[in-house]
Amino acid sequence: MITAERKPLEEVKDLIGEARNVLVMGCGTCVTVCFAGGSREAAELVVSLRMATRLAGAPREITETTVQRQCEWEYLDEARADVEQADVIVSLACGIGVQAIAERFPDARVVPGVNTTFLGMPTEHGIWEERCAACGECILGITAGICPIARCAKSLLNGPCGGSEAGHCEVSPDTPCAWQLIHDRLQRLGVLDVLMQPQPPKNWKSSRDGGPRRIVRDDLRLAGEQE
Amino acid sequence: MTANPISEDGSLSGSRLERLLRAGHFAVTAELGPPQSTDAGVIRAKASLLRGACDAVNITDNQTAIVRMSSIGAGTIVLAEGLEPVIQMTCRDRNRLAIQADLLGAYALGMRNLLCLTGDHQQFGNHPTAKNVFDIDSVQLVQMVTAMRDDRVFQCGEAFDGPEPRFFVGAAAAPFGGPVEYRPYRLAKKAAAGVNFVQTQLIYDVPAFGRYMAKVRELGLHERVFILAGVGPLKSPGMARYMAKNVPGLLVPDELIDRMTEAGAAWAGKPAEELTPQDKKARAAAWKAEGIRICVELIGRIREIEGVAGVHIMAIEWEEAVRPIAEGAGLLPRPTLEEAAAS
Repeated sequence: MITAERKPLEEVKDLIGEARNVLVMGCGTCVTVCFAGGSREAAELVVSLRMATRLAGAPREITETTVQRQCEWEYLDEARADVEQADVIVSLACGIGVQAIAERFPDARVVPGVNTTFLGMPTEHGIWEERCAACGECILGITAGICPIARCAKSLLNGPCGGSEAGHCEVSPDTPCAWQLIHDRLQRLGVLDVLMQPQPPKNWKSSRDGGPRRIVRDDLRLAGEQE
Repeated sequence: MTANPISEDGSLSGSRLERLLRAGHFAVTAELGPPQSTDAGVIRAKASLLRGACDAVNITDNQTAIVRMSSIGAGTIVLAEGLEPVIQMTCRDRNRLAIQADLLGAYALGMRNLLCLTGDHQQFGNHPTAKNVFDIDSVQLVQMVTAMRDDRVFQCGEAFDGPEPRFFVGAAAAPFGGPVEYRPYRLAKKAAAGVNFVQTQLIYDVPAFGRYMAKVRELGLHERVFILAGVGPLKSPGMARYMAKNVPGLLVPDELIDRMTEAGAAWAGKPAEELTPQDKKARAAAWKAEGIRICVELIGRIREIEGVAGVHIMAIEWEEAVRPIAEGAGLLPRPTLEEAAAS
């Protein structure tokens, strides 16, 4: 899933500024699952903002809605009436949702209510960890199903570096060394020899370094939209 | 066309370090940290402390991710001072374009030794909010520079005309990093990538290093790669304890910490406010003397290990210690190239 963390209330207040009609929009998918921007968090933010508004003494209308997925037009369209009435929309979706609103509603002012953090998963209650860097050229097949691009602090392809000790990364004792994990799993699977050959430099073109990315699937496109 | 890998003197690079190692001399390298300013005088002063006390001197590249004068810039000054630099190059701050460009320049300026490093993570340095690069890693860096030298091609595979950079290519080795059982194989990987020499992380636990070297010999790596063992003088019991506890891949036996503590025993037990500045100075001197003694002894023991081709003395911001250590270990005077050629 895409994980996110709620922005501090003060920052959200600053982003809203003097706007009179505020719409807080949650998203029912990834950010709901990671407790950052679903309907519950949207309701909580509304309560906090209303309280802050009362303290400030300025009149302000604050409403909320949550759509299933802010990153798809058809779901966003369901909220069109609310969006058009708002002076500002606080999107609690990931950065994709914020941008989808901006694209779909050219006159709307939209601000983010969360910081999009990473592609990851919950490992314990209340703990999420990064797992994928969306680099566009998956190497999990040679790294025992553990991604060094996302999970090694230096994205090494020939790790571990000298900073690996007692199973953790030099960056933090809370961060497992991805290459220790890869080593241990390759050993368990009986294919440790994979680590003996130097891995060549990565082609970063398929990652963000190649510029904004786009996928075209002709088999899925409608006849009228074919380029 | 493949360039001739060996020059007339039997070396790849013509560097003094390489020629001495190939002639079978036990090599001594040291380390020089450039200043956090444009002060060339600092480099000249450090160079004069190291001249004649070692065969070549590593010039660090933004070590511990703290901005300093560049390795190549400082290396040019060191070269003019009559010392042979080992340029350090990390993958943290430069992508493959910048690294290749800088190395072409370094070679043109007269640098002949290169140490390929991954680089400390920037969170430890003075710009923790920086974006890191890590386009390639140290193993790939070794591959890239050996291909530039031996095949006259850039990393992209494109051949180039004109003289190629002929570096004596080194890398680091961390015998006690995790997973310890993999470390000899990681050295094998660097050997497969084409590395000519390695300098190890600081060694204080000689038996543990001996076990690493036994595996290295079993893999035949000591015959393919010159292995320089990293040594360094302890400055105080506090530093010894800090390194034992906080520096990854570093083993400091309790016995050495106890020896350092013992060296300051005359001043022990007194509250800090009762120590005069003279007391503190005397205590620091006693610690440092013991640190140098320990380092000399370590070199003696490490030299006994088959497959060790030299030592890399890391006296961090304490370049004065290098000469007494080399002297104490019986490594002075350093051989001349004429002696190397004759042997």
